[in-house]
This record gives sequence, C-alpha cells and structure tokens, in this order.
Amino acid sequence: MISSNSPTSNSPIYLDHAATTRCDPKVVEAMLPYFTEMFGNAGSRNHQFGWQAEDGIEIAREHAAKLIGAQAKEVIFTSGSTESNNLAIKGAAEIYARAAAGQTGRGHIVTAAHEHKAVLDPIRRLMREGFDATFIQPPADGVITAEMIKAALRPDTILVSIMWANNELGTINEVPQIGRLCHEKEIIFHTDATQWVGKMPTNVEADQIDLLSWSGHKMYGPKGVGGLYVRRRKPRVRLEALQDGGGQERGMRSGTQNVSGIVGFGKACELCFNEMESEGKRLLAMRNRLETELKKRIEVTVVNGHPTKRLPNISNISFGFVEGESLMMGVREIACSSGSACTSASLEPSYVLKSLGIGDDLAHSSLRLSLGRWTTEAEIDSAIVMIETAVNHLRRLSPLYDLHKEGVDLSKIVWQAH
Amino acid sequence: MAYSNKVIEHYENPRNVGAFGTSKEVAARKDIGIGIVGAPECGDVMQLQIKVSEEGIIEDAKFKCFGCGSAIASSSLATEWIKGKTVDEALTIRNTQIVEELSLPPVKIHCSVLAEDSIRSAIEDWKKKSGASPASTSPTPVTQHA
Repeated sequence: MISSNSPTSNSPIYLDHAATTRCDPKVVEAMLPYFTEMFGNAGSRNHQFGWQAEDGIEIAREHAAKLIGAQAKEVIFTSGSTESNNLAIKGAAEIYARAAAGQTGRGHIVTAAHEHKAVLDPIRRLMREGFDATFIQPPADGVITAEMIKAALRPDTILVSIMWANNELGTINEVPQIGRLCHEKEIIFHTDATQWVGKMPTNVEADQIDLLSWSGHKMYGPKGVGGLYVRRRKPRVRLEALQDGGGQERGMRSGTQNVSGIVGFGKACELCFNEMESEGKRLLAMRNRLETELKKRIEVTVVNGHPTKRLPNISNISFGFVEGESLMMGVREIACSSGSACTSASLEPSYVLKSLGIGDDLAHSSLRLSLGRWTTEAEIDSAIVMIETAVNHLRRLSPLYDLHKEGVDLSKIVWQAH
Repeated sequence: MAYSNKVIEHYENPRNVGAFGTSKEVAARKDIGIGIVGAPECGDVMQLQIKVSEEGIIEDAKFKCFGCGSAIASSSLATEWIKGKTVDEALTIRNTQIVEELSLPPVKIHCSVLAEDSIRSAIEDWKKKSGASPASTSPTPVTQHA
C-alpha cells in the first residue's frame, strides 16, 4: 500500500493529518465515474441517470452509517463538519428553544472552551439570539468528563455539545458517559467527531449520541463533503433546516447532492471501517516512538494533553525556550502545525493550549505532529533527527535557554512586554 | 507564509550570536550595554549586548533571540548594522529600514520594531552604567572631523 501510493520522495514529510489527509486513490477511483458517465441528479426520479446517482448516494449512506453504528436513514450528507456542526447546534437550538425567537431565556447550552471554532462560533451566535451558554474550562489534561458536564447543567439546559477528540491535542473526552448523562436528563447531545470517526470504533447506539458531525477529508476522503448523524428513535431528534429549497436529505439540507463527493465519502468510510484496527495499532506505535525519542533526546520537552486518553495519531509537543514558528522554519522538510502565535493572523497563541493552563511560553513553543495512513517508520526516524537538530540550533540562539541553564526561574522575571 | 531569502539566510547563519559572559558578569561591566525586550508570553524575547569604547563606538555586538524566523533575522541584522557605529549613529536606525532590507510582510513588522527597541534599550543601559550623559554621546571627534 505504501510504496506505489506514497507521495514522491522529494516532497516534505507530511505530519499534518489532523489538518487534512491525502485522498485515498481507491476513493478517487470510486468517484471518477460520477463526474462523467453517471453524472445524473439524484433528484431525477424518472430516468437512469438519476437512478444511478441515487444508488451511488444510498450505497455511500450505508457505508457511512455502518462506520458509526447507525441506520442509513439517520445519516445526512453535508459539505463537511463545519456545516454539520452549524446544522446540529443551530438546528437543534431552534427546535428545542424554551422561548420564541426575539426573546431572551431561550435555553442553555453546555460546551467546552477548547472546542473547535466551528462549535464555539455557532454557540456564540445563538447567545446573541437569546440563548445562554456555559464554556467549561478544561483541566490540565484536556479531558472533559461526565462529572464536569453534570456540574454545568441547569434546569433549562437544552443541548450539550462536546467534541469526541480534540483537534489540536488528540485528547479524548468521556463521550459514552456524557451521552448517558444527557439521555438521563433528556438533553440533546451533539458531538463533533471530526478527528475521531474513521480512526476509533464508533457506535452511536452504545455511545448514546443524538447528533454526530464528521468530515470526509480528515479520513482520506474528498474535501467539501461530510456527514451528520441525526438520531431517529429514542429520542427522535428534530432539526430546523438552515437552508431551504428542494427538500433533499430529509428536508434538513436542501440542495442538489454532491454525488461524486458523497460516493467518495462513502468509500472513505468503507476503507476506514476495514483498516481502522490495524492502522490504529501501527500509528500508535509510531507516535509513541516519536514522543519517546524526542523526550529522550531533548530536555524540557512536554507532551501536551492526557498521556493515554489520546488519539493514536496526534502528538502535541512543546519544546521549552524555542518558539514554534521558528522551529517550523527549522524543519521545513516536515509539514506540520504549531500553536505559536506567529502562525496565526491574530498573534495570539493557541486558545486550546491556553485553556489547559499551559503557560503562554510553552504554548508558543508547541508543534502538532499528526500521523496518517502513509506515514512510514523512515519518515518518523527522519523527523526525530530534524526536530532535534532544529531545537538545538534555536536553543543556541535562545536567551531563555541561557537563563534556564543559569538556574533562573523564568516565571519570576518581569518582562518588558511591548 | 513564505520567507524572503534574506530571512532564511540570517536564520540559518545568524551573525554575532552570543553574550559577553553570564548575566551576572555582563551586569557588572560598565562598557557593556544590555537590552532585553519582549516577553515569552508574546512569543518574542530579544537580547542585545553592545560593547562600547570610551569614544562611544560600538566595538562589538552580540544577540540572542527567542522568536520567529523574522525576529531572529531582524536581531541578527541589527548586530551587523550597529557594529562599528557610534551610539548616536546606531540610534538613527529605524525599524522601517529593517523591514525593507529583509522584505518583512506587514504581520512581521513587530519583529523589526522589537529590534529597534533592543538597540535603544541596550544604548540606554550603557549610558546609565557608564555614566555618560546624553550630551557626551553626540558624534565623536572622529566623525566630526571626517
């Protein structure tokens, strides 16, 4: 699988799978006929072109449902997790609101401060429209537990939205327990499972989930297509549509379906279902070796987030006294991300790392390395050496490292911030 | 973001990296001015040390920098530019010149500002320690007669 499909050897080592993944060639192959021979509109009920498109979509829906332990009818296709999250959160809030639009006190929503912006921002919009929300501050290990949710619930809580695994840290929240709690209290439970689904076993029945968002391009499918699971029984969850039109996707998502994209999404779900177990073990072994080696070779190296309650493919590491963007510049042969301010337009370090109470200095010093289907042992070996070399180069330049070596406590220095 | 070749060159081969001793040693020396600007929380700390002659000429300069590639390049460039200059001449260096030389994009202008601040801060420190009044640092005889 690796040799013929892997990118050319002179391209950088891709360790940014939490951002997006390469489309599996089998996915592309499955999609291609739906651009040409089978180009029909799935809404055309009276001819072969329409039937072919509809068949393609329904097979994809079966694969998508199987991956998450749902019934096919419970999966609707969207443009990706951002849309799925918006539809789930705004659509549920509108239906389960306790007061009419234009009023205040419409209901309370519980989420966490280190959720993705595609969850936080829809909730912030709802707050401007009469809803209340609680943003739970995560503990230092980043894991949200059912106890924390329980403490945040109010009599008027209508919705809990907690991601399954965090996109920057890979940390895993207590989803089945949170699901059980919400069902006991008859509160709708949504989970943004973008980083989770396809990598970890998922069963919306056993895990007691009402709404679940995921995306094709995080699991070797195409960009611009995703899924939203909407529970149909016990309880039957209703959503107010965000866009109106032809009534596709059970009326919850009008618009001509992206047939080729959906077919690719279904194929990606099928491949993940089959390869998840072996792939997970392989990724975990490589990720652990990466972390062990870096910690062994480089002093003041901290792995952020819970040590074990983490996805097998994500590593978020801070290298003390070294700024993240300069570190990325030193490892230009590795494609990865940093929580450093300088990589964002805002010049603020990662709000996710900050929410864990990690000092701003260590937040600025972080790299996120995320492995995937075509990551090789050799690439991990090279990455370890490249990172070690770059950290050493930068520490030679770092005034903070000098102070550290002189035994000065950096937290006690009064800096002249500018 | 793509870096200019000059930024990459300074990043890979930074000029005048180092210090004139431990923080205690340099603090005691009257001929050395130290400027430390920025804060770890902001993702940038620049440390500039200048060794100044009795005539007010910057004989040597050393830097250390915790920051992005543009911050490293800005401070490396600053040491190159101030070496051999009088303190007054060094004070005329503006961040805009650094921006131009390194082709820094707008989002990196603060790196050049930090470099300018570190020069001012180091010179102020030297003046304080050496007891030089602002007047005595006017252009040295050498430059006046040149």
